[in-house]
Amino acid sequence: MSRKLSSMQAAIDQYVSNGDLLVAEGFTHLIPFAAGHEIIRQHKRDLVLCRLTPDLIFDQMVAAGVARKLIFGWIGNPGVGSLHGIRRAVERGIPSSIEIEEYSHFGLLSRLQAGAAGLPFQPVRNYYGTDLLRVNSQIQSIICPFTGQEVYAVPALRPDVAIIHAQRSDTEGNTQVWGLTGVQKEAAFAARKVIVIVEELVDETVIRSDPNRTLIPGLIVNAIVHEPFGAHPSYAQGFYDRDNEFYLEWDRRSRTVDGMNAYLDEWVYGIPDRATYKKKCGEKMLARLRPVPSPSSSVNYGSYR
Amino acid sequence: MAVTAKEPRLSEVMVLAAAQEIHDEDVVFVGIGLPNLAANLAQRTHAPAIQMVYESGVYGARPSRLPISIGDPCLVTGAVQVLPMIEIFQYFLQQGLIDVGFLGAAQIDRFGNLNTTVIGADYKEPEVRLPGAGGATEIAWLAKRTVVILPQKKQKFPECLDFRTSVGYHEGGSSRDTLGASSGGPARVITDLGVYGFDFKSREIVLEKLHPGVSISEVQSEVGWPIKIKESLGITEHPNKEVLEILRNELDPQGHYLG
Repeated sequence: MSRKLSSMQAAIDQYVSNGDLLVAEGFTHLIPFAAGHEIIRQHKRDLVLCRLTPDLIFDQMVAAGVARKLIFGWIGNPGVGSLHGIRRAVERGIPSSIEIEEYSHFGLLSRLQAGAAGLPFQPVRNYYGTDLLRVNSQIQSIICPFTGQEVYAVPALRPDVAIIHAQRSDTEGNTQVWGLTGVQKEAAFAARKVIVIVEELVDETVIRSDPNRTLIPGLIVNAIVHEPFGAHPSYAQGFYDRDNEFYLEWDRRSRTVDGMNAYLDEWVYGIPDRATYKKKCGEKMLARLRPVPSPSSSVNYGSYR
Repeated sequence: MAVTAKEPRLSEVMVLAAAQEIHDEDVVFVGIGLPNLAANLAQRTHAPAIQMVYESGVYGARPSRLPISIGDPCLVTGAVQVLPMIEIFQYFLQQGLIDVGFLGAAQIDRFGNLNTTVIGADYKEPEVRLPGAGGATEIAWLAKRTVVILPQKKQKFPECLDFRTSVGYHEGGSSRDTLGASSGGPARVITDLGVYGFDFKSREIVLEKLHPGVSISEVQSEVGWPIKIKESLGITEHPNKEVLEILRNELDPQGHYLG
């Protein structure tokens, strides 16, 4: 038994502390909902939450009061509309006011890349003439020492902890992802601690049979949680589709504080773990979300003796 | 849905106008909703060799269904390449490989600058908190040209933006170039009332075409400044039977975006 294998409860308890800067990535794909719900259940406080797109998971976490600050690129319910929990916090301070630090996607991606690469900052060519420069002092104009061209610099981001959901890993945390890989690799290398949640635990030989598919090496992984369906209602390529009904339902119920709290009671506080959540969803829903198989053709790595 | 309606819907007129902004072999930075329909329509009609790029990390998408979001799994299956997002922004957009990008906005000013961040004068205490920049800031700056699609309302066409999230022609004239742009900027703006271009010299937005049945005074009443009108004002092209069939039967049979 690997010392890294953990229950969700133990992983969040051990590696997420109050006040941490926490990045939970996955762009539409592989959003670590099960981990977010466990953070809510453990009543973590004063977290600085970082995601390119906060999505429902951060909306729920903000609504539950775990966050004091958000770092982001785009706050919306993708394909649906607004994130009502975050909007209430920003516009009216409910349940409490929240500090925000915003970038464009490229700016925040670049901060994580610099953090992953051990650089102090990353240059980008995009913020010319925008008001983002006025409201975010972390974006600074610099002059290229070689060409004299003005570019913008964003500082490296080193999160305390990164939470990544993936299709599979071995028990050492060598983690493979296919489909959209978003900014997960950069987030993991930038963070001081990494929690990986997987749909499948596989033998090391499976990982080694296809090393190009490995996104995150076990070297930088602290805890592995085997939690099938842990990214629902977002999707896991090849495993289950996005459950858009949940995105629409959250949109409806989160419009009022009462509706939002009732949702959290039903789907977060009232549920001890993901296995129970999965059971509550039911076989019919799982079947509806399962895609038709479409395997890749395999490649020949060759065997060299 | 069978093609029966004699009069095309406004949304269909807008999608066709957007599709016509795509040239064959363009590398297109696509968004969800109308831009996605426009790119897929262009590919099935006059521009079969375009490549669709999504900021989620996909190059050469061939979606088999209508994607719900820019991160939909159907964009991955059958695509040419999937990259980390940072590489889409660095190697495709910042490198200069994107020919045309589509943008939406809550507000646009007369020089095609866009606001998607806040409504209200005070950023810290906004009347409405909007989604923010996403990839729009860099698409607006780095794509070779952009096309903006938004519904036309007076408050969406203000004299002065509440927040400048994405830069078009900045303060007009050559001010975009003075900021350091080598090219780019908005080529067209498509609303539910008409199609706009930009004056070559002043870089001010100019009404070029009215959608069928729309009057100039209707347009003027939904713009916050005296709108410039092209001398040879045209009428936006009606989608023909073939276009309507593609839109209604293949691309959006549920009427999700077309209504």
